[in-house]
Formats: sequence, C-alpha cells, structure tokens
Amino acid sequence: MKVVIDYILHLADSNLILSQRNAEWCGHGPILEQDIAITNISLDLLGQARNFYQYAATLVGGKATEDSLAYLRKEREFKNHLLVEQPNGDWAQTILRQFLFSNYQHLLYEQLQNHKDEQLAAIAAKALKEVNYHLRWSGEWVIRLGDGTEESLQRMKKAIDELWRYSGELFIPAEYEKEAGIDVSLLKGEATNKIKTVFDEAGLAIPENVFMQTGGKKGTHTEHLGYILTELQYLQRTYPGATW
Amino acid sequence: MVNTLTIEEKKIWDILETVTDPEVPVLTILDLGIVRDVKISDGAIEVIITPTYTGCPAMDMIAMNIKLVLAEHGYKQVRITSVLSPAWTTDWMSEQGKRKLKEYGIAPPNPKQQICSDKLFAANEAVQCPQCNSYHTHRVSEFGSTACKALYQCDDCKEPFDYFKCH
Repeated sequence: MKVVIDYILHLADSNLILSQRNAEWCGHGPILEQDIAITNISLDLLGQARNFYQYAATLVGGKATEDSLAYLRKEREFKNHLLVEQPNGDWAQTILRQFLFSNYQHLLYEQLQNHKDEQLAAIAAKALKEVNYHLRWSGEWVIRLGDGTEESLQRMKKAIDELWRYSGELFIPAEYEKEAGIDVSLLKGEATNKIKTVFDEAGLAIPENVFMQTGGKKGTHTEHLGYILTELQYLQRTYPGATW
Repeated sequence: MVNTLTIEEKKIWDILETVTDPEVPVLTILDLGIVRDVKISDGAIEVIITPTYTGCPAMDMIAMNIKLVLAEHGYKQVRITSVLSPAWTTDWMSEQGKRKLKEYGIAPPNPKQQICSDKLFAANEAVQCPQCNSYHTHRVSEFGSTACKALYQCDDCKEPFDYFKCH
C-alpha cells in the first residue's frame, strides 16, 4: 500500500482542530468532572495529531517537523473535516460533534490498525483504545441530553440541525484516501447503525434529505477554520521558532 | 529474562528502576512497563520506551529524566527511542507497582477482561476502595486528573479516590 503524505496530514489535521476546539472548554465546562473529561479528550486527540504529524514530517523530509506542519501551513492546506472546525456552541453541540466524530474515528481506526503501513497501524491501534472512551462518553451524553429535560432535548435537536450537514463528508472518499487504500464509504453503514441505536434511545431522529456540505478534506473550509488557525498559530507566526 | 542480561545491562535496568513517573511518583517506569528494551553497543545506550496514553505529557519529562539519571552514573551516550507498537497496556504493570499504587491511595487497574466494552451505560467495574477495601464504590467520572485515571467514590467510607483505569 502506498504511503500517502496528504492522507496522514488529513488524519493529523482533523485531530488537531478538534483538539483545539475541545480545549476551548477548559475552565468553562458545565461541571468540573465534565470540564476535565472534555479536556482529557482534547489531550488524547492532540497526542494522536502529534503522532501523525511526526510521521508525516519524516516523509516530507527536509526541515519539516511536527511543529512546522501544525503551525506554518495555511488554511487551504489544512485537510480536516468540516465537522471538527464547527464552533463549540452549547454543550449539546459539542457533545454531538464529538459523538459523530468518535463514531467515525472508531470504525476508521479499527480498519487502520491492520494497514500495511506499520507506523499508521501502530498509531491507530494505540489511539483506538482512547477513542473507545470518547465514543462511550459522548454516546452516553447524547442519550442523557436527548432523554433528559424538554430544554436539553430541544438543544440536542438544534445541534443536529446545525451539524448534520457536515456528517456526510466523513464517508465521502478523497483521492488521497483511495490512494492510501482506505475506503471510508464502507464505514457509513455501520456508523449509521450506531447513530441510530443511540438516537433511538435518546428520542432523536436522524434527519432525512439533508444537503451534505463537503470541501474540508480538499482544503475548502467554512469561515471558522481561519479563526482557529489565527489563534493556534499566532505565537509561531509572530515569533518564528519560539520555544519554551 | 534476568538470566540473559549481561552485567552491564543489569546495571542499566537497576538505574532505570530509580526513575519515577512525575505524575504518579510512587511508580517507577519499570513498574509501569513503559521501558520495553535496553540495547548497548560500543558504550552507546539505547533505551526503548512506549507511551502510556498517546497524549501523555509526562513522556517528555520521563525521557529527559532517563537521560539525566544515566548521565549521573557516567553514561553520556544515551538515546531514547519511542515505539508505539505493541500498544501499552496496564497488563504490563508489575504486581509491585499495583501494590504501591494502592498504598498511595490510587486503586490499581483491574485485570483487563473486565472492561473495554463500547456498551453505553454499562455496569461500572467493581473497583476496590484503596482506603477501606470495600467494593461498594461508584464511578464519578471516566476521566480523571490524568489521562490514565478515572474518578471514583467509596459508598462505605465516602472517600473519593482515583482509579488507574484498565487500558
């Protein structure tokens, strides 16, 4: 199987951007335990992003490092899913974003851990254990909110309205995914089953006939990514090469 | 394993036994099972480690501490290599490590087969309170003060405690 740098960057970027979004909750979580949970997940995703960037850097060669790939690439060079760059909104929106992404990521890593590229397989096998926690935690929260109060139910419904249109992209293959021998479209059936199981228990419905927004995997993003990168990359852009 | 070690290798392992986890200082890195191998060739030492959790921020510090302590013993040519596969598991934690964790007030990881199910709202693992030994405890949160721990509370002695989760 061919090792595709763009594919590894795509994996890294989605982890990094969702990590950054979740980290925005630090100190703002609804209760202390959940503040700690969402930032723990942020840290796991950052660790996974670092593994992918480090691996990509060795393939890019030259002066590339994990830092240069994370801090010095431009918006259009980022290949993350549109879903992960969407704003945190309220707790329901953050939860749903995490659930949709973890559900996809769990199925993806199950495949990737058997990839012929040993380093990709090793990163995925390790990360899979962590995503297991993320999926369980976010799934439980979808049910807790959907099957909670009238207010929490309305908020979950609103979150679905906001985010569902970005869920299709997860399963529409990009060129580099095909080249890497990963067919994400094959994950869709199982992913949908899992969502349906959780939504059923939560008293929520999967929307029908929604237009699916795409583009993130090719570098065409919603307006939000620019703002995220402005904050994320500020220090290295302003003080190039700064270290702790 | 010990039988196959050279005297020099044994010395290195003994030195590594003195390096502790900065976040759980009662555990040495050997208790945790993160040192996978030590290789010596022509006086140069390679220590092969594996991270516990992918994003564990203690790993950089552990690598630095290994270099420091080996330098104190006169070993200057030291290289730390990090490997991801096979993925770290709490199965590699030593019995001594588990005992030390409990004495420190952290419940040690249960044997593996008990968890890692992706079922939602599955029954909590039976975790023993490190203070009063009761199994009458409940999980407060699956995520704790570090990536490797969950928060529990004892229903008998009421004491909250950390559980080093099985992974």
